[in-house]
Amino acid sequence: MKPITSYLDLRRRQIGADPPSSALAALSALVAVLVVSPMAWLVWQAATVEPARAYELILSSQTALVTANSVALMLAVTALSLLLGVPLAVLTTRTDLPYSRLWTVVAALPLVIPSYIGAIAFVGMFGPGGEVDTLFGATLPRVDGLRGAVFIVTLYTYPYVFLTTRAALLSTDGSLAEAARTLNASRLDAFRRVTLPQIRPGIAAGALLAALYAISDFGTPAFMGANVFTSTIYWEFSGFAVEYAALLALQLVAIVAVVLVIEAGIGRDQDASGGTDRGQPIRLGAWTWPAMGFVSALGVLTLVVPVAIFTGWLVRSVGDPIPSLAFQPEFALNSVYFALLAAFVACAFALPVAYYSGRTNSLASRVIERATYVGFAVPGVVIGLALVFLGTRTLPSLYRQGVWLLVFAYVVRFLPQAVGTVRSSVLQIDDSTLEAARTLDAGPIETFRRVTLPLIMPGVVAGGILVFLTTMKELPMTLMLQPVGTNTLVIAIWEAQNALAYRYAAVPALLLILISGLTMVVMLRQEGYGVT
Amino acid sequence: MSVRNHRAEAQERTERTEDRPSPDAVLEIDGVTKTFGSDCAVDSLSLSVREGELLTLLGPSGCGKTTALRLIAGLERPDEGTIHVGGERVATAGERAFVPPERRDVGVVFQDFALFPHMTAAENVAFGLADWNADDRERRVAELLEMVGLSAYAENTPEELSGGQQQRIALARSIAPEPEILLLDEPFSNLDVDLRVEMREEVRRILKGAGVTGISVTHDQEEAMSISDRVAVMAEGRIEQVGTPEGVFQHPRSRFVAGFLGHASFLPGYISGDLVETPLGPVGRDRIHGLAAEYDYTRIDVLVRPDDVLARPAEGERADGRVTYRRYLGPTVLYRVELDSGETVEAMHNHSDRLSLDTPVTVELAAAHDLAWFPAEE
Repeated sequence: MKPITSYLDLRRRQIGADPPSSALAALSALVAVLVVSPMAWLVWQAATVEPARAYELILSSQTALVTANSVALMLAVTALSLLLGVPLAVLTTRTDLPYSRLWTVVAALPLVIPSYIGAIAFVGMFGPGGEVDTLFGATLPRVDGLRGAVFIVTLYTYPYVFLTTRAALLSTDGSLAEAARTLNASRLDAFRRVTLPQIRPGIAAGALLAALYAISDFGTPAFMGANVFTSTIYWEFSGFAVEYAALLALQLVAIVAVVLVIEAGIGRDQDASGGTDRGQPIRLGAWTWPAMGFVSALGVLTLVVPVAIFTGWLVRSVGDPIPSLAFQPEFALNSVYFALLAAFVACAFALPVAYYSGRTNSLASRVIERATYVGFAVPGVVIGLALVFLGTRTLPSLYRQGVWLLVFAYVVRFLPQAVGTVRSSVLQIDDSTLEAARTLDAGPIETFRRVTLPLIMPGVVAGGILVFLTTMKELPMTLMLQPVGTNTLVIAIWEAQNALAYRYAAVPALLLILISGLTMVVMLRQEGYGVT
Repeated sequence: MSVRNHRAEAQERTERTEDRPSPDAVLEIDGVTKTFGSDCAVDSLSLSVREGELLTLLGPSGCGKTTALRLIAGLERPDEGTIHVGGERVATAGERAFVPPERRDVGVVFQDFALFPHMTAAENVAFGLADWNADDRERRVAELLEMVGLSAYAENTPEELSGGQQQRIALARSIAPEPEILLLDEPFSNLDVDLRVEMREEVRRILKGAGVTGISVTHDQEEAMSISDRVAVMAEGRIEQVGTPEGVFQHPRSRFVAGFLGHASFLPGYISGDLVETPLGPVGRDRIHGLAAEYDYTRIDVLVRPDDVLARPAEGERADGRVTYRRYLGPTVLYRVELDSGETVEAMHNHSDRLSLDTPVTVELAAAHDLAWFPAEE
């Protein structure tokens, strides 16, 4: 769900005498058109709304409230993520904090856990109708509404800022700060005047990713009952107000587009001095324990508390049993089945696009590559809605009948992860390696089979695994497009929350936390996170 | 104009045997031009390479020598001209008759060696032998690994091999399918200095042993001189001169070639009768190479290399100039002498000779060979 995608890598080469064939270009273009098409359906649907009515809906007080809430959620989460992420990054890279690698993993881990897992734990325990509420009445502050959403989303989003800032800090030369200090700047002065200007692009990139995630997130606001775009779109859609849902979806996409435009304006690829010299670490001294306590507390809040709550629900039975919600192994099998299909299709789609864009530097290849990143920008609930229109209007035989519409939705949303990993492995192949094969009597196809494919296979597999794991955790698209009668892990959580029978969410939630851990392992093995 | 022609003719007489296309040419390049955007990388280049010889394209970086190599390999398409390999036309501009690299009988050793990282040394060598039957292939791989002295490393992956070993595997891999022509792109530039000298000899030995025609590319004149049968000096996409290393070094056809192949000073001279008047005194006309009668009573520049010149301390009238620069090179010392007439010449001495800066010296031409010359520049 959360790719940090660097598509600024401009090292592109091609064999002069042998540009990739036009068949490959056509195949890549087809993939690009396919993954962009859902947005066309959405626009078409919105365009069928009568102008006067559309005007009225867009200017309604509910729209104003939803917009205000969404922007507030986005800004608050971004600000809080900065307050958490930047100090944590400095703490783990520039100080003598013991076990800094462990703390890095602890601080980064929430990135891979979907925030709705945390949301349901906190709502079930501390929310209205939750256990604490039932036991003590409304004496404790409740976790719900917009404030609850800000709290939970921040807990699972700040790692964006943490990781990009950390990577920026690792790529700047610590000796520069030391040089500043020999020029009589205090440590704080040196940080402000030398280090900060160098890591600012990294911080900004993380902040924008956090903003993007906050405004796209569906599960947490929905569980918290916060009226933001994503949750309102779903509720209107469920209440058959599809026109309004479509208009809201377009507004949401417009706001996301603004965020992306700001992001594009920030020069991110500044490897500055790239020194390995960290310089003398800051001695924490008496602050060592408070620092470790701070990181531990975050870890407890994001990881230990949810797991403890779910485990508690697992062993204690509160309230009347609802047999229809009971966990069945079939849920997990269905999740795995859908995710496998999505992973395979995503890899098949990613291969031509990544190879074409990695080996060619033309306007066409850049446009095609960027087009496949649409899923990175468009929230899941919007892609889901668009495909619902496609299904109900044009292809009713597919809608909620087979798996293919759902799998297509997953592929649209998660293709960027596969394209990103495959493409970076394509870029790692030296030109001369392929030219060598050609001069050793291997034609273009034989060269691809015997040299290129074996070399990029690790990238393809890693991309497939990432798509598989993120598909397992995807909530809104599964909710909107899941075939009738085939429940999955996330649907089980959704239904338990709907029935306020939280304990039935325990098993699927714990399974998803396990899957999240696996995602982290895959990401750690990929480069660029600066953790290992 | 006629002056230049006569001079060129005189020089051609000495190069006649080296410069003319011969019937057993395995590579024939005719008027090939290649342009990237507005940059002309190779400009109507013509070259002919005989079977079994080792020719080096030598020139400064950006002179188009690597592009020439890539055109021969089929990794670039020419904009103009034709290329024949082994009598078969492999590239012609304007037509679609372009033979791709895999169907040319040309092997390439890449600058970075370009070994396949996912294969062992033996698998790399076997790569181009996919069409051979298994027994022959195994035998050929074993034979080549032995030839490059790496039989013990057959199962190692490229990253486990040292630079020199990688180079040998790259060489074995490119020779394995028995190509007509082997191209070597700056083959020694990725090696340490010591290894570089050793591998030069080694590569020449292996190429000669395999009887393969080789074309290498380098910007290092010492390397070109030491491994090649013939050297083609390139500048700005054109070939300035082709010939044996000795021929090109001693009788450069242009001032560029003279300067690129080593330290070169130019001594102005005026031809009168049997003598050439120079700032170092008269020099016998017979010591200047191929000076035709048409040049009587004209000005020329005589090429003198540091090892042709000897500077000795002298006093007063006998001094020709004084030492203005000294560079200690270990076994030898390079001196620059500013002559009283304003010109400078360089002299290479044994390291035991000592001349201090500003010492007045007399300069003597001590060359045992003919000296090359150029018509004076206006």
